[in-house]
This record gives sequence, C-alpha cells and structure tokens, in this order.
Amino acid sequence: MFAAVLSLIKLLFMRPITTVLFFIITLAVSTGPVNAQCKVFAERICKVELGSYVHDGNYHAAILSEGQEAELYKTFHGGQDYRLAICGDDNLPDIEFRVMDTDRNLLYTNRDDDYNITWDISVESTEQLLISVKVPAGEGNSQGGPESGCVAIMFGFREEE
Amino acid sequence: MRKLAAVLLIFAFIPFYSCRDSKEDEQEETGEEFIYEPYEEIEYVKRIFYALPSPVETAFLLKSSGAVYDEELLSKTENSGNYLTTKSKALNLGIYITDLSYVSFFDQTQESIRYMATVRELAESMGVMDAFDNRTVERLEANLNNRDVVMDIISESYMRSSAFLSENRRDAIAAMVFTGGWVEGLYLALNLADTGKNGGNGLVEHIAGQKLSLDLLMRILEENSHNSDVAELLEEMEKIYEVYGQMDAASTDLRLETGEDDKAVIVSDREVSMTQSQLRELKRRINGVRSSFVSY
Repeated sequence: MFAAVLSLIKLLFMRPITTVLFFIITLAVSTGPVNAQCKVFAERICKVELGSYVHDGNYHAAILSEGQEAELYKTFHGGQDYRLAICGDDNLPDIEFRVMDTDRNLLYTNRDDDYNITWDISVESTEQLLISVKVPAGEGNSQGGPESGCVAIMFGFREEE
Repeated sequence: MRKLAAVLLIFAFIPFYSCRDSKEDEQEETGEEFIYEPYEEIEYVKRIFYALPSPVETAFLLKSSGAVYDEELLSKTENSGNYLTTKSKALNLGIYITDLSYVSFFDQTQESIRYMATVRELAESMGVMDAFDNRTVERLEANLNNRDVVMDIISESYMRSSAFLSENRRDAIAAMVFTGGWVEGLYLALNLADTGKNGGNGLVEHIAGQKLSLDLLMRILEENSHNSDVAELLEEMEKIYEVYGQMDAASTDLRLETGEDDKAVIVSDREVSMTQSQLRELKRRINGVRSSFVSY
C-alpha cells in the first residue's frame, strides 16, 4: 500500500501543481456521496413506505453488503400503532428482518411474509424489541465481490385505532 | 510547492489507510499473495443501532398520555444565544427540538415559528446546515394550520440533522442532542403529571416506560464516553438511572397475537409500577439535571 502511494507521489511530482491539486480534491470529494446517498435513500424512497403513519424522525441507515447484518433496539410504547419499514437498494437481494424480544425469542420474520418490507404492529404495554436485519448472500457483483447498498430502518406511529 | 503537494497527497490517503481491512494488514506482513475469499466467509462487524423516542414521538406520547399545554415549562428561546460550548449547544438543541414538537402538537402556531427559528439558529451555529434551512421555515409558516404537515416538517428536519451528524462521524454530538431531547421529554412529563390537570395515570405509565428508553440512551452514551463531554453527561445521567433501577419492572415473555382486523399485537403480562416517592425523587433529579443543561 505504502509502496503504491510512494510511486504515485513520484509520478505526480513530474506533473504541474494544478493537476496534483485537482487529483487530491477529486479524491477527497468522491468519499462524500457514499454516505450521503443513504440519507437521500431513506428520505425519498423508504419514508414513502410509512404511508399514513407519522415518521418519528429518527435516522437509521447504513451501507451494508450481501451477507451483512445490523441490529436495532427500540422501545415500543403501549397503546400505539407502529409501522416498521425496512428497505434496501435495488441492487441488493430482498432484505430479511426479524423482530425479537431482548432474549432473542422470535416474534416475527418477514421470511414468512414473502419478504414484505413493512410490518404493522400494535403494542399492548411498553416493551423493548430487537430488530435484526440481514442482507442475504446473493449472486454478488460483476467483480465477484458482494453487492453493497443502502439499507434503511424507519418507524412510523399513530394512536391506536 | 512540490513538497506541499506531497504532504497534501499523503493526507488524502490517510483515511483510506486507516479504514482498511485488518485481513489486508496480515497479508502484507506475511508477504502472501492476496487471494479474494468468498464473501460468505468474511466476518463482518455487526452494526448496532439504538432508537430512542424522537422529539416528535415524545410530544405525541405526551399528548396521547393526557398531557396539557403549559408554556411555563418550556425552555426560554431568548437564552439560545448564551449557549457557547459544543456541549451546551448540543444539549439545548435537543431541548428546543422537543419543545418545538410539543408546541406544534398543541397547535401553538406562533410558538412553533419562534421555536423553529431558535432551533435553526442553534443548528447553524453548530454547523448542522440544511436541516432547518430557510425553505423549511417557509414551509412551516405556510402550513401552520395543518398539524400533520407541521409534524412531518419537524420529523424530516430532525432526520436530516441526525443524518448529518451520523454521516460526518459526529456521534458524540448526536448523543448529546439525543440526551437533551430525552431529558426535556421526561421533564415535561414529570412536571405535567403533577399539575392535577392531566389524566395522571397515563402520564405516570409513560414516565415508567421511559426506563427502557433510558437503558438505550445509557448505551449510546457509554459508546461515546471517549468524549469528555459525554463522559460527564454519563455521570449526570447515572443519577436518573439510579431511580429507575429501584423500580419494579419484572419482564415477562412476549407473545404475538392477532387483534381486530388481523392486526399483529404484541402482548405481555409486564406490570411496571412506580411509587409516589420514586416519582417525587425522579422529578427532583430530572429537574436538577435539566436545570444544569439550560443554565449558561
């Protein structure tokens, strides 16, 4: 790695300073959109899935690769209706999610529900639940590595009907 | 000039070098040829999120628990310019966003504008741009009589600010904003439960339920306690945690049942109870902590 960087420095030393600065700025700027794209994905794509539920405003999104998992702990308040929406970028396989109690006893999995990306629940008394999200291993990308993309976990709520 | 270019170039590579995979390190040390492993066999670090009740959800829970509107309890907007440190700005940003959500849920239109302007000012002074920008304020002003739209604007702005902090690796600041917002929600609930004007039982249940959210908040603070401001905050929040620790909250098995209209309902036999003396003690401590947050 260091050898490659040093060769590059050597090569760039032969170039005018403007070329070097252009290269550095491009390199620095190119890392930004990787993160920012998940915010846009959550806001424009996933939030729509909450329908008439009020989005709570929390942001939980990350870039995950095939085979990766994420977990989220949330307190659900008694007497409220909730909608969970768990969305993945188009290039990812269907996202699998499981809802468990904090002892990891399974309450629901969307695998039994045709990998539905939303689930509506009502909670009788205030409880903490664990939501486990997995991007299943798929076919990978054209370079033979895993596909990666944004995965967003969003919650909407409304008063129990 | 060439020396400058070399230095800049080396700095440009530092993030990539520090973030690389540990497997790559091992390979370089042993001099083995890099062989791509099937990705199913790669062990990843699992990402863990903790979802606290957001200011919007907190205000909603207060209202649905029977709380009334009491302007006297809100943090004064005229103090916003007195918060000068990162810690006090972050804590009070959380407090003001919760107050903004509370006044908006109770249709206090002029107060909504005032709190939105304060939140915007404070967010800007912390470098959290775009979340509460001019367009957001204009949209809010144009929709003041439509509570659903107002709540949507607040939740969207809150999400943008959280996303900004998360994506810019300012997790410690985000933790302080969450703490300010959570403390304000509990402060409002405890002080409203005491006025006698409320459906007291609903609010007490809400207050007791915050024990579970506090567990999550403590985990967020612990994860960020390398930051000295967060470490101080963690000590302060221990005072609240201690009272909740005395509460009787036996956990029971949860089960999934099908309710009316085939709705999924999570049912348990959990009974959370707080004694009057625990409530009083919690109120005393939360008032103390909140007072330390809003003082300057």
